[in-house]
Amino acid sequence: MSSIASAPPAISARSTPVPALGGGSHALETLAAWMLGLLWILPLVYAFWTAFHPPEFSTRFALAAPWTLDNFIKAWHAAPFARYFLNTVLLVTMVLVAQLVLVTLAAYAFARFTFPGRNVLFALVLAQLMIMPDALIVENYRTMTVLGLKDTILAIGLPYMASAFGIFLLRQTFKTIPRELDEAARVEGCTPLQTLWKVYVPLARPTYLAYALVSVSYHWNNFLWPLIVTNSVESRPVTVGLQVFSATDQGIDWSIITAATLLSTGPLLVAFLLFQRQFVQSFMRAGIR
Amino acid sequence: MTRTREWLYAWMLLLPAMALLALFTHYPALANLWHSFFSTPKGARPAVFVGLDNYRNLVEDPIFWQALQNNLWYALGTIPLSIVLALVMAIWVNGRIRGRGFLRLAYFTPTILPMIAVANIWLFFYTPQYGLLEQILGVFGVPSHNWLGSKSSALPAMMVVAVWKEAGFFMIFYLAALQSMSPQLREAAAIEGASRWYFFRRVTLPLLMPTTLFVLVNAVINAFRLVDHIVVMTRGGPDNATALLLYYIYEIGFRFWDSAYASALTMVLLVLLAGVALVQFLFLERRTHYQ
Repeated sequence: MSSIASAPPAISARSTPVPALGGGSHALETLAAWMLGLLWILPLVYAFWTAFHPPEFSTRFALAAPWTLDNFIKAWHAAPFARYFLNTVLLVTMVLVAQLVLVTLAAYAFARFTFPGRNVLFALVLAQLMIMPDALIVENYRTMTVLGLKDTILAIGLPYMASAFGIFLLRQTFKTIPRELDEAARVEGCTPLQTLWKVYVPLARPTYLAYALVSVSYHWNNFLWPLIVTNSVESRPVTVGLQVFSATDQGIDWSIITAATLLSTGPLLVAFLLFQRQFVQSFMRAGIR
Repeated sequence: MTRTREWLYAWMLLLPAMALLALFTHYPALANLWHSFFSTPKGARPAVFVGLDNYRNLVEDPIFWQALQNNLWYALGTIPLSIVLALVMAIWVNGRIRGRGFLRLAYFTPTILPMIAVANIWLFFYTPQYGLLEQILGVFGVPSHNWLGSKSSALPAMMVVAVWKEAGFFMIFYLAALQSMSPQLREAAAIEGASRWYFFRRVTLPLLMPTTLFVLVNAVINAFRLVDHIVVMTRGGPDNATALLLYYIYEIGFRFWDSAYASALTMVLLVLLAGVALVQFLFLERRTHYQ
Protein backbone atom coordinates (compact mmCIF):
# COMPACT_ATOMS: atom_id res chain seq x y z
CA MET A 1 0.00 0.00 0.00
CA SER A 2 2.75 2.39 0.87
CA SER A 3 4.58 1.68 -2.32
CA ILE A 4 4.50 5.27 -3.52
CA ALA A 5 5.08 7.50 -0.57
CA SER A 6 5.90 10.76 -2.29
CA ALA A 7 3.42 13.63 -2.29
CA PRO A 8 1.36 13.83 -5.44
CA PRO A 9 2.54 16.45 -7.89
CA ALA A 10 0.15 18.92 -9.42
CA ILE A 11 -0.51 18.53 -13.11
CA SER A 12 1.67 21.13 -14.69
CA ALA A 13 -0.09 23.33 -17.18
CA ARG A 14 3.01 23.70 -19.34
CA SER A 15 5.76 21.18 -19.61
CA THR A 16 9.24 22.56 -19.38
CA PRO A 17 11.24 22.31 -22.59
CA VAL A 18 13.19 19.09 -22.53
CA PRO A 19 15.62 18.04 -25.23
CA ALA A 20 13.98 15.66 -27.66
CA LEU A 21 14.95 12.02 -27.79
CA GLY A 22 15.81 10.40 -31.07
CA GLY A 23 13.55 8.07 -33.00
CA GLY A 24 9.76 7.83 -33.31
CA SER A 25 7.52 9.95 -35.48
CA HIS A 26 5.64 12.71 -33.71
CA ALA A 27 3.13 13.38 -36.45
CA LEU A 28 2.12 9.74 -36.61
CA GLU A 29 1.76 9.60 -32.83
CA THR A 30 -0.35 12.73 -32.72
CA LEU A 31 -2.58 11.21 -35.36
CA ALA A 32 -2.90 7.98 -33.38
CA ALA A 33 -3.63 9.88 -30.16
CA TRP A 34 -6.37 11.82 -31.91
CA MET A 35 -7.87 8.72 -33.51
CA LEU A 36 -8.05 7.10 -30.10
CA GLY A 37 -9.47 10.27 -28.54
CA LEU A 38 -12.19 10.51 -31.17
CA LEU A 39 -12.94 6.82 -30.83
CA TRP A 40 -13.23 7.33 -27.08
CA ILE A 41 -15.81 10.10 -27.24
CA LEU A 42 -17.68 8.65 -30.20
CA PRO A 43 -20.28 6.83 -28.08
CA LEU A 44 -20.90 10.02 -26.10
CA VAL A 45 -21.20 12.20 -29.18
CA TYR A 46 -23.60 9.63 -30.60
CA ALA A 47 -25.69 9.76 -27.43
CA PHE A 48 -25.74 13.57 -27.57
CA TRP A 49 -26.84 13.52 -31.19
CA THR A 50 -29.70 11.14 -30.48
CA ALA A 51 -30.86 12.94 -27.37
CA PHE A 52 -31.01 16.37 -28.98
CA HIS A 53 -32.75 15.37 -32.22
CA PRO A 54 -36.24 14.09 -33.06
CA PRO A 55 -36.57 10.27 -33.03
CA GLU A 56 -36.54 9.98 -36.83
CA PHE A 57 -32.93 11.24 -36.77
CA SER A 58 -31.82 9.02 -33.92
CA THR A 59 -30.00 6.66 -36.24
CA ARG A 60 -29.63 8.88 -39.25
CA PHE A 61 -27.18 11.70 -39.70
CA ALA A 62 -28.09 14.83 -41.54
CA LEU A 63 -26.60 18.25 -41.06
CA ALA A 64 -30.03 19.81 -41.45
CA ALA A 65 -31.58 17.74 -38.67
CA PRO A 66 -33.49 20.07 -36.33
CA TRP A 67 -32.34 20.35 -32.72
CA THR A 68 -34.87 19.74 -30.00
CA LEU A 69 -35.27 19.41 -26.25
CA ASP A 70 -38.44 17.35 -26.60
CA ASN A 71 -36.74 14.11 -25.66
CA PHE A 72 -35.56 15.58 -22.38
CA ILE A 73 -38.98 16.98 -21.59
CA LYS A 74 -40.63 13.65 -22.38
CA ALA A 75 -38.10 11.73 -20.30
CA TRP A 76 -38.45 14.11 -17.37
CA HIS A 77 -42.23 13.64 -17.36
CA ALA A 78 -42.14 9.89 -18.00
CA ALA A 79 -40.46 9.05 -14.69
CA PRO A 80 -40.08 10.78 -11.30
CA PHE A 81 -36.55 11.95 -12.07
CA ALA A 82 -36.85 14.93 -9.73
CA ARG A 83 -37.43 12.53 -6.85
CA TYR A 84 -34.60 10.25 -8.00
CA PHE A 85 -32.25 13.21 -8.09
CA LEU A 86 -33.31 14.25 -4.62
CA ASN A 87 -32.66 10.71 -3.38
CA THR A 88 -29.23 10.61 -4.97
CA VAL A 89 -28.29 14.01 -3.54
CA LEU A 90 -29.48 12.91 -0.10
CA LEU A 91 -27.59 9.64 -0.40
CA VAL A 92 -24.36 11.21 -1.58
CA THR A 93 -24.47 13.94 1.08
CA MET A 94 -25.30 11.54 3.88
CA VAL A 95 -22.58 9.09 2.92
CA LEU A 96 -19.99 11.83 2.51
CA VAL A 97 -20.73 13.55 5.83
CA ALA A 98 -20.69 10.24 7.72
CA GLN A 99 -17.51 9.16 5.95
CA LEU A 100 -15.70 12.40 6.70
CA VAL A 101 -16.47 12.21 10.40
CA LEU A 102 -15.75 8.50 10.87
CA VAL A 103 -12.70 8.49 8.68
CA THR A 104 -11.18 11.56 10.36
CA LEU A 105 -11.53 10.11 13.85
CA ALA A 106 -10.19 6.71 12.88
CA ALA A 107 -7.31 8.07 10.81
CA TYR A 108 -6.28 10.33 13.71
CA ALA A 109 -6.20 7.39 16.08
CA PHE A 110 -4.09 5.30 13.70
CA ALA A 111 -1.74 8.15 12.82
CA ARG A 112 -0.98 9.67 16.22
CA PHE A 113 -1.87 7.27 19.04
CA THR A 114 -0.13 4.18 20.30
CA PHE A 115 -2.45 1.66 21.83
CA PRO A 116 -2.71 -2.11 22.18
CA GLY A 117 -4.24 -3.80 19.15
CA ARG A 118 -3.35 -1.03 16.74
CA ASN A 119 -1.86 -3.27 14.08
CA VAL A 120 -4.62 -5.85 14.31
CA LEU A 121 -7.29 -3.19 14.05
CA PHE A 122 -5.54 -1.56 11.11
CA ALA A 123 -5.33 -4.90 9.33
CA LEU A 124 -9.06 -5.35 9.98
CA VAL A 125 -9.67 -1.97 8.36
CA LEU A 126 -7.53 -2.80 5.34
CA ALA A 127 -9.50 -6.03 4.84
CA GLN A 128 -12.30 -3.87 3.43
CA LEU A 129 -10.09 -2.78 0.55
CA MET A 130 -10.39 -6.30 -0.82
CA ILE A 131 -13.66 -7.54 0.65
CA MET A 132 -15.71 -4.59 -0.52
CA PRO A 133 -19.41 -4.20 0.32
CA ASP A 134 -20.22 -5.04 -3.31
CA ALA A 135 -19.15 -8.63 -2.71
CA LEU A 136 -21.27 -9.00 0.43
CA ILE A 137 -24.66 -8.14 -1.03
CA VAL A 138 -26.33 -11.35 0.14
CA GLU A 139 -25.48 -10.97 3.83
CA ASN A 140 -25.87 -7.19 3.90
CA TYR A 141 -29.35 -7.59 2.48
CA ARG A 142 -30.12 -10.02 5.30
CA THR A 143 -28.77 -7.52 7.84
CA MET A 144 -30.87 -4.69 6.40
CA THR A 145 -33.96 -6.90 6.64
CA VAL A 146 -33.23 -7.63 10.30
CA LEU A 147 -32.62 -3.94 11.02
CA GLY A 148 -35.86 -3.05 9.23
CA LEU A 149 -34.00 -0.65 6.96
CA LYS A 150 -34.79 -2.26 3.61
CA ASP A 151 -35.87 0.21 0.95
CA THR A 152 -34.43 3.26 2.68
CA ILE A 153 -31.72 5.65 1.59
CA LEU A 154 -29.88 4.94 4.83
CA ALA A 155 -29.63 1.26 3.86
CA ILE A 156 -27.91 2.17 0.58
CA GLY A 157 -25.30 4.24 2.37
CA LEU A 158 -24.63 2.33 5.61
CA PRO A 159 -22.23 -0.36 4.30
CA TYR A 160 -19.99 2.31 2.78
CA MET A 161 -19.78 4.77 5.65
CA ALA A 162 -16.74 3.32 7.34
CA SER A 163 -14.40 3.54 4.40
CA ALA A 164 -11.08 1.72 4.62
CA PHE A 165 -9.85 3.66 1.65
CA GLY A 166 -10.61 6.97 3.37
CA ILE A 167 -9.02 5.90 6.64
CA PHE A 168 -5.90 4.81 4.84
CA LEU A 169 -5.67 7.92 2.70
CA LEU A 170 -6.16 10.31 5.60
CA ARG A 171 -3.85 8.42 7.92
CA GLN A 172 -1.07 8.88 5.37
CA THR A 173 -1.77 12.61 5.23
CA PHE A 174 -1.96 13.01 9.00
CA LYS A 175 1.37 11.24 9.36
CA THR A 176 3.09 13.89 7.24
CA ILE A 177 1.99 16.67 9.60
CA PRO A 178 4.89 17.63 11.92
CA ARG A 179 4.40 16.47 15.50
CA GLU A 180 5.69 19.83 16.73
CA LEU A 181 2.44 21.47 15.63
CA ASP A 182 0.53 18.86 17.54
CA GLU A 183 2.63 19.39 20.68
CA ALA A 184 2.36 23.17 20.42
CA ALA A 185 -1.41 22.90 20.33
CA ARG A 186 -1.41 20.68 23.40
CA VAL A 187 0.87 23.09 25.28
CA GLU A 188 -1.71 25.76 24.49
CA GLY A 189 -4.18 23.54 26.34
CA CYS A 190 -5.99 21.91 23.43
CA THR A 191 -7.55 18.52 24.01
CA PRO A 192 -6.71 15.90 21.35
CA LEU A 193 -10.07 16.50 19.66
CA GLN A 194 -9.45 20.24 19.53
CA THR A 195 -5.97 19.59 18.11
CA LEU A 196 -7.52 17.38 15.47
CA TRP A 197 -10.00 20.08 14.54
CA LYS A 198 -7.63 23.04 14.63
CA VAL A 199 -4.39 21.54 13.32
CA TYR A 200 -4.96 18.31 11.40
CA VAL A 201 -8.22 18.95 9.58
CA PRO A 202 -7.21 22.34 8.08
CA LEU A 203 -3.83 21.01 6.97
CA ALA A 204 -5.37 17.97 5.29
CA ARG A 205 -7.79 20.00 3.18
CA PRO A 206 -6.48 18.87 -0.24
CA THR A 207 -6.83 15.24 0.81
CA TYR A 208 -10.38 15.90 1.99
CA LEU A 209 -11.25 17.48 -1.34
CA ALA A 210 -9.73 14.58 -3.24
CA TYR A 211 -11.53 12.04 -1.11
CA ALA A 212 -14.83 13.92 -1.35
CA LEU A 213 -14.74 14.02 -5.15
CA VAL A 214 -13.90 10.34 -5.39
CA SER A 215 -16.61 9.45 -2.88
CA VAL A 216 -19.29 11.58 -4.53
CA SER A 217 -18.64 10.19 -7.98
CA TYR A 218 -18.52 6.64 -6.63
CA HIS A 219 -21.83 6.88 -4.83
CA TRP A 220 -23.54 8.91 -7.54
CA ASN A 221 -22.64 6.08 -9.93
CA ASN A 222 -23.20 3.10 -7.64
CA PHE A 223 -25.82 0.73 -8.96
CA LEU A 224 -25.95 -2.93 -7.94
CA TRP A 225 -26.44 -2.56 -4.17
CA PRO A 226 -29.03 0.25 -4.49
CA LEU A 227 -30.84 -1.85 -7.11
CA ILE A 228 -31.07 -4.72 -4.64
CA VAL A 229 -31.95 -2.86 -1.48
CA THR A 230 -34.44 -0.30 -2.83
CA ASN A 231 -37.86 -1.00 -4.13
CA SER A 232 -39.75 2.28 -4.36
CA VAL A 233 -39.62 5.72 -5.93
CA GLU A 234 -39.03 7.24 -2.47
CA SER A 235 -35.65 5.59 -2.01
CA ARG A 236 -34.32 4.83 -5.49
CA PRO A 237 -31.24 6.79 -6.55
CA VAL A 238 -31.07 8.09 -10.09
CA THR A 239 -28.98 5.19 -11.43
CA VAL A 240 -31.61 2.65 -10.39
CA GLY A 241 -34.37 4.99 -11.52
CA LEU A 242 -32.77 5.20 -14.94
CA GLN A 243 -32.55 1.43 -15.19
CA VAL A 244 -36.17 0.91 -14.12
CA PHE A 245 -37.20 3.57 -16.62
CA SER A 246 -35.26 2.28 -19.61
CA ALA A 247 -35.97 -1.38 -18.92
CA THR A 248 -39.72 -1.17 -18.53
CA ASP A 249 -41.41 1.99 -19.68
CA GLN A 250 -39.92 2.86 -22.99
CA GLY A 251 -39.67 -0.15 -25.21
CA ILE A 252 -37.00 0.91 -27.64
CA ASP A 253 -37.47 4.66 -27.94
CA TRP A 254 -33.79 5.41 -27.98
CA SER A 255 -34.17 9.18 -28.22
CA ILE A 256 -35.92 9.27 -24.87
CA ILE A 257 -33.64 6.68 -23.26
CA THR A 258 -30.48 8.52 -24.27
CA ALA A 259 -32.04 11.80 -23.14
CA ALA A 260 -32.80 10.24 -19.75
CA THR A 261 -29.28 8.83 -19.62
CA LEU A 262 -27.69 12.20 -20.25
CA LEU A 263 -30.13 13.78 -17.84
CA SER A 264 -29.14 11.42 -15.05
CA THR A 265 -25.44 11.98 -15.59
CA GLY A 266 -25.83 15.68 -16.37
CA PRO A 267 -25.03 17.22 -12.98
CA LEU A 268 -21.95 15.07 -12.50
CA LEU A 269 -20.79 15.65 -16.06
CA VAL A 270 -21.23 19.42 -15.79
CA ALA A 271 -19.42 19.45 -12.45
CA PHE A 272 -16.65 17.42 -14.02
CA LEU A 273 -16.29 19.72 -17.01
CA LEU A 274 -16.21 22.79 -14.76
CA PHE A 275 -13.75 21.36 -12.24
CA GLN A 276 -11.84 19.09 -14.59
CA ARG A 277 -8.43 19.94 -13.17
CA GLN A 278 -9.50 19.39 -9.57
CA PHE A 279 -11.18 16.11 -10.50
CA VAL A 280 -8.14 14.77 -12.26
CA GLN A 281 -5.80 15.95 -9.53
CA SER A 282 -8.05 14.48 -6.88
CA PHE A 283 -8.14 11.11 -8.55
CA MET A 284 -4.37 11.27 -8.85
CA ARG A 285 -3.95 12.22 -5.22
CA ALA A 286 -6.39 9.57 -4.06
CA GLY A 287 -4.71 6.91 -6.14
CA ILE A 288 -1.29 7.44 -4.68
CA ARG A 289 -1.28 5.47 -1.53
CA MET B 1 -2.44 12.09 29.48
CA THR B 2 -1.70 8.86 31.19
CA ARG B 3 -1.16 5.83 29.04
CA THR B 4 -4.41 4.11 29.81
CA ARG B 5 -6.29 7.31 29.14
CA GLU B 6 -4.56 7.61 25.78
CA TRP B 7 -5.51 4.04 24.95
CA LEU B 8 -9.10 4.72 25.86
CA TYR B 9 -9.08 7.89 23.81
CA ALA B 10 -7.77 6.09 20.73
CA TRP B 11 -10.30 3.29 21.09
CA MET B 12 -13.13 5.79 21.40
CA LEU B 13 -11.94 7.53 18.24
CA LEU B 14 -11.95 4.21 16.43
CA LEU B 15 -15.19 2.90 17.84
CA PRO B 16 -17.71 4.31 15.30
CA ALA B 17 -15.72 3.28 12.24
CA MET B 18 -14.82 -0.12 13.65
CA ALA B 19 -18.42 -0.82 14.67
CA LEU B 20 -19.68 -0.14 11.15
CA LEU B 21 -16.84 -2.11 9.59
CA ALA B 22 -17.59 -5.02 11.89
CA LEU B 23 -21.29 -4.90 11.07
CA PHE B 24 -20.99 -4.55 7.30
CA THR B 25 -17.66 -6.17 6.42
CA HIS B 26 -16.37 -8.58 9.05
CA TYR B 27 -19.66 -9.97 10.31
CA PRO B 28 -21.15 -10.54 6.83
CA ALA B 29 -17.99 -12.29 5.64
CA LEU B 30 -18.22 -14.73 8.56
CA ALA B 31 -22.00 -15.01 8.50
CA ASN B 32 -21.77 -15.77 4.83
CA LEU B 33 -19.58 -18.77 5.55
CA TRP B 34 -21.98 -19.93 8.28
CA HIS B 35 -25.08 -19.56 6.09
CA SER B 36 -23.46 -21.43 3.24
CA PHE B 37 -23.79 -24.61 5.35
CA PHE B 38 -27.56 -24.20 5.70
CA SER B 39 -30.51 -24.52 3.35
CA THR B 40 -32.54 -21.56 2.14
CA PRO B 41 -35.56 -21.01 4.41
CA LYS B 42 -38.77 -21.34 2.41
CA GLY B 43 -42.09 -20.11 3.76
CA ALA B 44 -42.69 -21.80 7.11
CA ARG B 45 -39.72 -24.13 6.69
CA PRO B 46 -36.70 -22.71 8.51
CA ALA B 47 -33.12 -23.11 7.34
CA VAL B 48 -31.63 -26.47 8.29
CA PHE B 49 -28.01 -27.52 8.47
CA VAL B 50 -27.06 -29.23 5.22
CA GLY B 51 -23.30 -29.44 5.58
CA LEU B 52 -21.54 -29.17 2.27
CA ASP B 53 -24.66 -29.65 0.12
CA ASN B 54 -24.52 -26.13 -1.27
CA TYR B 55 -20.92 -26.64 -2.27
CA ARG B 56 -21.77 -29.98 -3.83
CA ASN B 57 -24.43 -28.23 -5.89
CA LEU B 58 -21.90 -25.63 -6.82
CA VAL B 59 -19.37 -28.15 -8.09
CA GLU B 60 -22.10 -29.79 -10.17
CA ASP B 61 -23.57 -26.53 -11.46
CA PRO B 62 -22.44 -25.97 -15.06
CA ILE B 63 -23.59 -22.33 -14.97
CA PHE B 64 -21.31 -21.63 -12.01
CA TRP B 65 -18.34 -23.04 -13.89
CA GLN B 66 -19.29 -21.09 -16.94
CA ALA B 67 -19.62 -17.85 -14.93
CA LEU B 68 -16.24 -18.46 -13.37
CA GLN B 69 -14.71 -19.21 -16.75
CA ASN B 70 -16.38 -16.15 -18.29
CA ASN B 71 -15.02 -14.05 -15.46
CA LEU B 72 -11.48 -15.31 -16.01
CA TRP B 73 -11.69 -14.64 -19.75
CA TYR B 74 -13.19 -11.27 -19.01
CA ALA B 75 -10.31 -10.45 -16.64
CA LEU B 76 -7.73 -11.69 -19.13
CA GLY B 77 -9.35 -9.78 -21.95
CA THR B 78 -9.82 -6.47 -20.18
CA ILE B 79 -6.93 -6.09 -17.74
CA PRO B 80 -3.83 -6.20 -19.99
CA LEU B 81 -5.51 -4.20 -22.74
CA SER B 82 -6.79 -1.43 -20.48
CA ILE B 83 -3.43 -1.17 -18.69
CA VAL B 84 -1.48 -0.90 -21.94
CA LEU B 85 -3.94 1.63 -23.32
CA ALA B 86 -3.79 3.61 -20.07
CA LEU B 87 -0.01 3.75 -20.26
CA VAL B 88 -0.03 4.86 -23.90
CA MET B 89 -2.67 7.49 -23.17
CA ALA B 90 -0.72 8.80 -20.19
CA ILE B 91 2.48 9.11 -22.19
CA TRP B 92 0.62 10.96 -24.93
CA VAL B 93 -1.14 13.46 -22.71
CA ASN B 94 1.99 13.94 -20.60
CA GLY B 95 4.03 15.06 -23.61
CA ARG B 96 3.71 18.11 -25.78
CA ILE B 97 0.96 16.87 -28.01
CA ARG B 98 -1.43 19.06 -29.95
CA GLY B 99 -4.86 19.25 -28.33
CA ARG B 100 -3.66 17.79 -25.05
CA GLY B 101 -6.55 19.26 -23.08
CA PHE B 102 -9.11 17.71 -25.40
CA LEU B 103 -7.37 14.35 -25.36
CA ARG B 104 -7.22 14.24 -21.57
CA LEU B 105 -10.90 15.04 -21.45
CA ALA B 106 -11.78 12.46 -24.11
CA TYR B 107 -9.84 9.68 -22.39
CA PHE B 108 -11.00 10.46 -18.89
CA THR B 109 -14.70 11.28 -19.35
CA PRO B 110 -15.96 7.67 -19.53
CA THR B 111 -14.55 7.16 -16.04
CA ILE B 112 -16.75 9.85 -14.53
CA LEU B 113 -20.00 8.49 -15.97
CA PRO B 114 -22.01 5.82 -14.16
CA MET B 115 -21.53 2.35 -15.65
CA ILE B 116 -25.29 2.05 -15.94
CA ALA B 117 -25.55 5.17 -18.13
CA VAL B 118 -22.56 4.05 -20.16
CA ALA B 119 -24.21 0.67 -20.61
CA ASN B 120 -27.37 2.30 -21.97
CA ILE B 121 -25.34 4.24 -24.50
CA TRP B 122 -23.40 1.16 -25.59
CA LEU B 123 -26.58 -0.89 -25.79
CA PHE B 124 -27.78 1.61 -28.37
CA PHE B 125 -24.36 1.60 -30.02
CA TYR B 126 -24.54 -2.18 -30.47
CA THR B 127 -28.18 -2.30 -31.63
CA PRO B 128 -28.54 -4.60 -34.64
CA GLN B 129 -29.18 -2.76 -37.90
CA TYR B 130 -29.76 0.71 -36.41
CA GLY B 131 -26.81 1.05 -34.05
CA LEU B 132 -23.82 3.16 -34.96
CA LEU B 133 -21.50 0.17 -34.97
CA GLU B 134 -23.65 -1.61 -37.53
CA GLN B 135 -23.87 1.52 -39.65
CA ILE B 136 -20.12 2.05 -39.66
CA LEU B 137 -19.39 -1.61 -40.40
CA GLY B 138 -22.09 -1.56 -43.08
CA VAL B 139 -20.11 1.09 -44.95
CA PHE B 140 -17.20 -1.33 -45.15
CA GLY B 141 -19.48 -4.11 -46.31
CA VAL B 142 -19.39 -6.14 -43.10
CA PRO B 143 -22.62 -8.17 -42.87
CA SER B 144 -25.07 -7.31 -40.09
CA HIS B 145 -24.41 -9.06 -36.80
CA ASN B 146 -26.27 -9.13 -33.49
CA TRP B 147 -23.31 -8.29 -31.26
CA LEU B 148 -25.02 -8.83 -27.93
CA GLY B 149 -27.31 -11.57 -29.14
CA SER B 150 -24.75 -14.09 -30.29
CA LYS B 151 -22.86 -16.32 -27.91
CA SER B 152 -19.49 -15.75 -29.53
CA SER B 153 -19.49 -11.94 -29.58
CA ALA B 154 -21.47 -10.99 -26.45
CA LEU B 155 -18.64 -11.35 -23.92
CA PRO B 156 -16.05 -9.58 -26.11
CA ALA B 157 -18.61 -6.80 -26.60
CA MET B 158 -18.83 -6.40 -22.82
CA MET B 159 -15.04 -6.39 -22.58
CA VAL B 160 -14.89 -3.49 -25.00
CA VAL B 161 -17.24 -1.51 -22.75
CA ALA B 162 -15.11 -2.28 -19.69
CA VAL B 163 -11.85 -1.32 -21.40
CA TRP B 164 -13.41 1.89 -22.69
CA LYS B 165 -14.64 2.74 -19.20
CA GLU B 166 -11.47 1.88 -17.27
CA ALA B 167 -8.50 2.83 -19.41
CA GLY B 168 -8.93 6.54 -18.65
CA PHE B 169 -9.13 5.83 -14.94
CA PHE B 170 -5.85 3.95 -14.93
CA MET B 171 -4.33 6.63 -17.17
CA ILE B 172 -4.63 9.08 -14.29
CA PHE B 173 -2.35 7.00 -12.08
CA TYR B 174 0.25 6.67 -14.81
CA LEU B 175 0.01 10.39 -15.47
CA ALA B 176 0.65 11.12 -11.81
CA ALA B 177 3.67 8.83 -11.81
CA LEU B 178 5.06 10.26 -15.04
CA GLN B 179 4.80 13.79 -13.69
CA SER B 180 6.70 12.87 -10.56
CA MET B 181 9.58 11.55 -12.66
CA SER B 182 12.62 13.78 -12.76
CA PRO B 183 13.11 15.57 -16.12
CA GLN B 184 16.87 15.13 -15.62
CA LEU B 185 16.52 11.47 -16.54
CA ARG B 186 15.18 12.50 -19.89
CA GLU B 187 17.87 15.12 -20.39
CA ALA B 188 20.59 12.64 -19.57
CA ALA B 189 19.11 10.11 -21.98
CA ALA B 190 18.93 12.75 -24.72
CA ILE B 191 22.58 13.66 -24.23
CA GLU B 192 23.51 9.99 -24.41
CA GLY B 193 21.61 9.80 -27.68
CA ALA B 194 19.08 7.24 -26.48
CA SER B 195 16.06 6.60 -28.67
CA ARG B 196 12.60 7.18 -27.26
CA TRP B 197 11.84 3.51 -27.33
CA TYR B 198 15.06 2.68 -25.48
CA PHE B 199 14.36 5.36 -22.88
CA PHE B 200 10.81 4.06 -22.43
CA ARG B 201 11.92 0.46 -22.08
CA ARG B 202 14.93 0.99 -19.84
CA VAL B 203 13.93 4.01 -17.75
CA THR B 204 10.23 4.87 -17.86
CA LEU B 205 8.81 1.37 -17.67
CA PRO B 206 10.90 0.20 -14.69
CA LEU B 207 10.15 3.42 -12.81
CA LEU B 208 6.45 2.92 -13.46
CA MET B 209 6.50 -0.59 -12.01
CA PRO B 210 4.90 0.36 -8.66
CA THR B 211 2.12 2.17 -10.51
CA THR B 212 1.59 -0.79 -12.79
CA LEU B 213 1.25 -3.10 -9.81
CA PHE B 214 -1.17 -0.76 -8.07
CA VAL B 215 -3.25 -0.46 -11.24
CA LEU B 216 -3.10 -4.21 -11.74
CA VAL B 217 -4.54 -4.94 -8.30
CA ASN B 218 -7.33 -2.43 -8.89
CA ALA B 219 -8.04 -3.87 -12.31
CA VAL B 220 -8.32 -7.39 -10.95
CA ILE B 221 -10.70 -6.27 -8.22
CA ASN B 222 -12.81 -4.35 -10.72
CA ALA B 223 -13.00 -7.34 -13.04
CA PHE B 224 -14.78 -9.22 -10.27
CA ARG B 225 -16.66 -6.32 -8.72
CA LEU B 226 -18.31 -4.40 -11.53
CA VAL B 227 -21.27 -6.09 -13.20
CA ASP B 228 -23.63 -3.14 -13.70
CA HIS B 229 -23.27 -3.31 -17.47
CA ILE B 230 -24.20 -7.00 -17.45
CA VAL B 231 -27.43 -6.22 -15.61
CA VAL B 232 -28.34 -3.54 -18.14
CA MET B 233 -27.08 -4.96 -21.41
CA THR B 234 -27.36 -8.74 -21.45
CA ARG B 235 -28.64 -10.05 -18.11
CA GLY B 236 -25.97 -12.69 -18.35
CA GLY B 237 -27.26 -13.93 -21.71
CA PRO B 238 -27.36 -15.16 -24.34
CA ASP B 239 -27.34 -18.62 -22.77
CA ASN B 240 -25.11 -17.43 -19.87
CA ALA B 241 -22.39 -16.32 -22.26
CA THR B 242 -21.89 -13.09 -20.31
CA ALA B 243 -22.71 -14.31 -16.78
CA LEU B 244 -19.89 -13.09 -14.52
CA LEU B 245 -19.49 -14.45 -11.00
CA LEU B 246 -21.00 -11.49 -9.12
CA TYR B 247 -23.82 -11.27 -11.65
CA TYR B 248 -24.59 -14.93 -11.08
CA ILE B 249 -24.60 -14.32 -7.32
CA TYR B 250 -27.05 -11.48 -7.86
CA GLU B 251 -29.24 -13.64 -10.05
CA ILE B 252 -29.31 -16.59 -7.63
CA GLY B 253 -29.69 -14.39 -4.55
CA PHE B 254 -32.14 -11.77 -5.76
CA ARG B 255 -33.97 -13.18 -8.75
CA PHE B 256 -34.30 -16.79 -7.65
CA TRP B 257 -34.04 -15.90 -3.93
CA ASP B 258 -31.88 -18.91 -3.14
CA SER B 259 -29.82 -17.16 -0.45
CA ALA B 260 -28.04 -20.31 0.78
CA TYR B 261 -26.66 -21.14 -2.63
CA ALA B 262 -25.83 -17.47 -3.19
CA SER B 263 -23.80 -17.61 0.06
CA ALA B 264 -21.80 -20.56 -1.23
CA LEU B 265 -21.16 -18.69 -4.48
CA THR B 266 -20.14 -15.60 -2.52
CA MET B 267 -17.56 -17.69 -0.67
CA VAL B 268 -15.89 -18.42 -4.01
CA LEU B 269 -15.76 -14.70 -4.76
CA LEU B 270 -14.37 -13.93 -1.29
CA VAL B 271 -11.69 -16.59 -1.65
CA LEU B 272 -10.72 -15.13 -5.02
CA LEU B 273 -10.49 -11.63 -3.56
CA ALA B 274 -8.56 -12.86 -0.54
CA GLY B 275 -6.19 -14.55 -2.96
CA VAL B 276 -5.59 -11.25 -4.70
CA ALA B 277 -4.95 -9.63 -1.32
CA LEU B 278 -2.50 -12.35 -0.39
CA VAL B 279 -0.59 -12.06 -3.66
CA GLN B 280 -0.41 -8.32 -3.18
CA PHE B 281 0.79 -8.69 0.38
CA LEU B 282 3.38 -11.42 -0.21
CA PHE B 283 4.62 -10.49 -3.62
CA LEU B 284 3.94 -6.93 -4.60
CA GLU B 285 4.71 -5.12 -1.35
CA ARG B 286 8.24 -6.49 -1.36
CA ARG B 287 9.07 -5.73 -4.92
CA THR B 288 8.08 -2.10 -5.04
CA HIS B 289 10.24 -0.35 -2.52
CA TYR B 290 12.78 1.15 -4.84
CA GLN B 291 11.01 4.41 -5.40
